[in-house]
Amino acid sequence: MNKDVPVLRVQDLTKHFPAGRGKVVHAVDNVSFQIPRGKTFGLVGESGCGKSTCARTIIRIYEPTGGKVYLGHDDISILSQKELLPHRQRMQMIFQDPYASLNARMTVHDIIAEPLRAHGVFASRQEESERVNDMLAQVGLNREHASRYAHEFSGGQRQRVGIARALIIHPELVICDEPISALDVSIQAQIVNMLRKFQQEQALTYLFIAHDLSMVRYVSDEVGVMYLGQLVETCAADEIYATPLHPYTQGLLAAIPIPDPKVAREKRAAGLEGDLPSPIDPPSGCRFHTRCPHATERCKAEVPSLKDVGAGHCVACHLIND
Amino acid sequence: MEPILEIRDLNTSFLTSSGEVQAVRGVSFKVEKGQTIGIVGESGSGKSVTSLSILKLLGSTGRIKSGSIRLHGEELIGKTRKEMRQIRGRRIAMIFQDPMTSLNPLIPVGEQVGEMIWAHDKSISKEERRARVLELFEMVRIPEPVKRLKSFPHEFSGGMRQRVMIAMALACKPELLIADEPTTALDASIQDQILKLMQQLQHEIDMSILFITHDLGVVAELCTHVLVMYGGLIMEEAGIDDIFERPMHPYTMGLLDSIPGLHQDKSQLLKPIPGSPPDMIHPPKGCPFAPRCSYACRVCLEELPPYRQVSERHRSMCWMLAPDAPSEGNPFKGIGSKGAVI
Ligand SMILES: Nc1ncnc2c1ncn2[C@@H]1O[C@H](COP(=O)(O)OP(=O)(O)OP(=O)(O)O)[C@@H](O)[C@H]1O
Ligand SMILES: Nc1ncnc2c1ncn2[C@@H]1O[C@H](COP(=O)(O)OP(=O)(O)OP(=O)(O)O)[C@@H](O)[C@H]1O
Ligand SMILES: [Mg+2]
Ligand SMILES: [Mg+2]
Repeated sequence: MNKDVPVLRVQDLTKHFPAGRGKVVHAVDNVSFQIPRGKTFGLVGESGCGKSTCARTIIRIYEPTGGKVYLGHDDISILSQKELLPHRQRMQMIFQDPYASLNARMTVHDIIAEPLRAHGVFASRQEESERVNDMLAQVGLNREHASRYAHEFSGGQRQRVGIARALIIHPELVICDEPISALDVSIQAQIVNMLRKFQQEQALTYLFIAHDLSMVRYVSDEVGVMYLGQLVETCAADEIYATPLHPYTQGLLAAIPIPDPKVAREKRAAGLEGDLPSPIDPPSGCRFHTRCPHATERCKAEVPSLKDVGAGHCVACHLIND
Repeated sequence: MEPILEIRDLNTSFLTSSGEVQAVRGVSFKVEKGQTIGIVGESGSGKSVTSLSILKLLGSTGRIKSGSIRLHGEELIGKTRKEMRQIRGRRIAMIFQDPMTSLNPLIPVGEQVGEMIWAHDKSISKEERRARVLELFEMVRIPEPVKRLKSFPHEFSGGMRQRVMIAMALACKPELLIADEPTTALDASIQDQILKLMQQLQHEIDMSILFITHDLGVVAELCTHVLVMYGGLIMEEAGIDDIFERPMHPYTMGLLDSIPGLHQDKSQLLKPIPGSPPDMIHPPKGCPFAPRCSYACRVCLEELPPYRQVSERHRSMCWMLAPDAPSEGNPFKGIGSKGAVI
């Protein structure tokens, strides 16, 4: 495959949910980004800003309301679910809650082998077993674990099972929706190291959704900040801390506790005031204007577009774009 | 000065069908006036059970097996349910991770906070009660408090519900507030608002806080002292700067190393703590962390180390701090052997 074609390219992706009485939830609105092969795009933002919906629409758990999703050269957003089937194994998902996302009545072997069976990858039971055992070893579990049930495992072990299931059919794109949020810090590091190892070995491409900004900076090459269904800033991962431009990104950063008492004492900058407005009637103009300390009349009236302000650092803010 | 709370050698267990879960196995610490003490540690280390023991909220299977819990010198072990009810809320208040489970979904929040005030002061009139609730809502900065009195819990966002819980906890101006992961379920932005609020209120009503969390960032922002728990024991206790700058226990070091800092070199792998926490039905007889510890020697697996005082209010339980500990590969070489056993 052509190296220059991104593994994932999302263009003006939109997902609305009906909210009754003719109203709609603007869960995702005109989101565009791309991820080159072997790279990680981190998606951050407050709860309810549309990160999971974005992921689920890309992978077609939800049907998009508008926009395009390209997997390599293929526009998968126009395919029917049936036409999509051969492409499904190219993209896999790892979920936040290892407890809820694994079937309690299936053995670990069956859980991990399921994608192989769904896509008819192996003919014989023996080949399948070998592949499953190999995968178990790669995620740091062993053969004996294969016949056990997910509820017998700790959170970290269950997340390993989830990773084994996602990677067993060699996907190109892996969407990780808060894969470590439910885990203890010591176990988080184990899982993140494992994801990185697989990425290096197999040139995997990740869409990584998380709350923890220092973790996102660490795992990602590029970061996108979402607010009320829209991307407000995208930039190289290191710049998100060094030079955050959007007032929302700045507020989010100020709100994040820093594990260093000296820095924490000096910080105490203004975080974000108020709650996320409803995505049913999102604010006019820039959606952040209701909480933005710098908002002007123009921000209330006019929607800012995501513009490159240099070296691929894009921001949607009237105050910066001029 | 007399501490507000003093816990000595607390042992708490649960009786389950698979055996006795030894959740807390000899915990001692003090809370002094104005302090905010953080309790950190992995899931299952005994943080919640320690705090639930203080209030005797252990359910039908939990039991304090031994130890002493003194509030201003007054022993709480052996108090009757009725006596404990008087202490809960009035002198020690508690807020939990999920406010929804602690609020009654069928009663307007204003009424629930009012009931809390009434329960502790039956002489107060209805008007006074309403005024007091309003005052509390303003104190925890609930917007449009008058309108909000009649709202039901489900009409509030998670952050606003947690504010209601804080209002309820503060209703009787407790001396000690126990907060068990009160912001874990919330967004960073809302967590930040709640933490700032708690800091302000602490100064306004002069209370001490026992704050349970697994987020070292939250600890750095809020706490004056930290207890690091593992396997039902306090591994290390220190002031906030010492914990981050001079950790004296391999477990604390492991926790600090496993989080990526703001300047973490991205080409380096993170340093996780290998393995997983012990089973508390069969806790290890030696140091509970020894099976995961890269410094562990034979003695660590055999025998529980004593606490050593490393500096003022900094103690740690690790064989590497003993005077006869090997100096080669010892992370505390030259420091530990000075510490007296306590
Ligand atoms: N199936 C659905 N039907 C209706 N509304 C939905 C549906 N799924 C999500 N939403 C709404 O869309 C918005 C975005 O939700 P989403 O779950 O994508 O947020 P998120 O950024 O993943 O949040 P979190 O960090 O809490 O996981 C929210 O307002 C949510 O209530
Ligand atoms: N009601 C109970 N019955 C049986 N065992 C219990 C009960 N409550 C707690 N335990 C056990 O006691 C030990 C300590 O639990 P505790 O809830 O104090 O952990 P924690 O440090 O608060 O963890 P977390 O970070 O997950 O909240 C664990 O092994 C737990 O399984
Ligand atoms: Mg989500
Ligand atoms: Mg707990």
